[in-house]
Amino acid sequence: MTERTVEILEDSDRFVFPWQLAIPNTYPAGVVGSKFLIELRDNKKIKGIKCPECNQVYVPPRSTCKYCFGELSELVDVSDKGTLVTYAVSYEPTPVQPVEGTPVIYGIVKLDGADTGFVHMLGEVDPKQLEIGMRVKAVFKTKKKRVASILDIKYFKPLKI
Amino acid sequence: MAERVGIVAVAQTKYQPNRDEVNAGELVWETIEPVMKEAGVRFTNDDGDGDIESIVTCSQDFWDGMTISSMGVMSFTGGHHATEDKIAEDSLNALFAAYAQILSGHFDMVLVSTHTKESMGDRSIIESAAFDPVMMRPLGLDFFIAAALQARRYMDKYGVTAEQFAKVAVKNRGNGMKNPVAQEPMNITVEDVLKSKMLVDPIHQLDTKPISDGSIAMILAREEKAKKLTNKPIWITGVSNCYETHYLGDRDLAECDALVTAARRAYKMAGITLPAKEIDIAEIADEYSYQELLWMEGLGLCGRGEAGRLIDAGVTQIGGKLPVNTSGGMLSGNPNVVAGMARVAESVLQLRGEAGERQVPGASVALAHGTTGACGAHQCVMTLSNK
Repeated sequence: MTERTVEILEDSDRFVFPWQLAIPNTYPAGVVGSKFLIELRDNKKIKGIKCPECNQVYVPPRSTCKYCFGELSELVDVSDKGTLVTYAVSYEPTPVQPVEGTPVIYGIVKLDGADTGFVHMLGEVDPKQLEIGMRVKAVFKTKKKRVASILDIKYFKPLKI
Repeated sequence: MAERVGIVAVAQTKYQPNRDEVNAGELVWETIEPVMKEAGVRFTNDDGDGDIESIVTCSQDFWDGMTISSMGVMSFTGGHHATEDKIAEDSLNALFAAYAQILSGHFDMVLVSTHTKESMGDRSIIESAAFDPVMMRPLGLDFFIAAALQARRYMDKYGVTAEQFAKVAVKNRGNGMKNPVAQEPMNITVEDVLKSKMLVDPIHQLDTKPISDGSIAMILAREEKAKKLTNKPIWITGVSNCYETHYLGDRDLAECDALVTAARRAYKMAGITLPAKEIDIAEIADEYSYQELLWMEGLGLCGRGEAGRLIDAGVTQIGGKLPVNTSGGMLSGNPNVVAGMARVAESVLQLRGEAGERQVPGASVALAHGTTGACGAHQCVMTLSNK
């Protein structure tokens, strides 16, 4: 809870009370989510999880299969390279964006070896050059800056071949 | 056939960008009082005298900035007089709950109230908090950015164009000109939409809805009571809802499986087998212009990838074969959460023949759709009839 002030509405005898709720929370990353984050931090590796019944590889890993509802435990490596499925270019700054300035480019990337898309940001690319189907590669933060967060991956950049 | 549930009274505020001069409860009262008067009913007391036995509300704690947001409006909704339940997500689900309460046999009459004052909060922060806090929220996603990811995927997979999205914005804001409660009616062209500011590519300013405040109240009653209270009861004939998986990357965003499922179940209840033919008007949540087209496909009103051609052909205009969003839609200004009941409010007016200048002659079956979350995460579908 932070400061409270009172604002009187212009040309009126009514009031509005600004108030900023600050709610401290802790969010467990879960059994397989924690392993995923540790691999990002320590080994710059992206882990998926396989459902042997449905032959699906999910990234990020989660503990249940969306098809058979079975419990999953088989972590597998997926590539740090993949194909862009869709993208969005945000020109309006938001209070929640994790990077300075605009545009912020978001994308969903189908990583090689995964059956699901991976949601992240795109960088080192002119928005005009973005194309669905383009090949991209994960760019990791330096070891010092990796803290076991989804943001240990800085963004995905176009793969030049 | 099971007993029916009818909507006997409806009131909605005019939708406005900033109702700073009233608090949430006072905004709610603006619609509670008219529906109580319209139906001529009062709350049941301990002796069993009176009519309304239950109140179902729908609001969102983060938009209200209050844990258990229904408490903030309780003394205006009458929650202290009756059984009270608060429903999460879009308010169409509150009607679903009230409908089920009546069919359960517990209650004969239920008051439903929804409100949101979007002007009180920050859209991006509130929406961001809806995402998985470990895998998605740190990226700074909000529903707008997610919508842009979906719009792009939809364009790519089915060849739908920015011009077709813009046509939805033109149509709906034009329809809003004929709706006295619309917030931002506009007489605009496709070019105006495409030239408006690009906010999150591929979505322009005029492809989005304005920040909006408003409330809606409705009274639902068991068939025999409904017929006593009004000579124009509107019957809920089918309703269902369904969720998508949460992680955006799990979904093909050009598809809307949850909506397909919800619609199929609702149509089955209503005995609708050919929705495009049997439905006279559809009110579809169009927070972003592309959504009207994508949801039309999910609702089975046309085939996959065909909605763009329908907007081109004018099928969904007032006067077309299947008018969509005669109210002006969310694009003309409805708050989140309230939006689903706004779809029903318009459906009721159309089915009663009280939609004024925008009346679709002879409309007797309506479809109302509401959604919550990123890229239509939760989908609710209701069918209504005046027969």
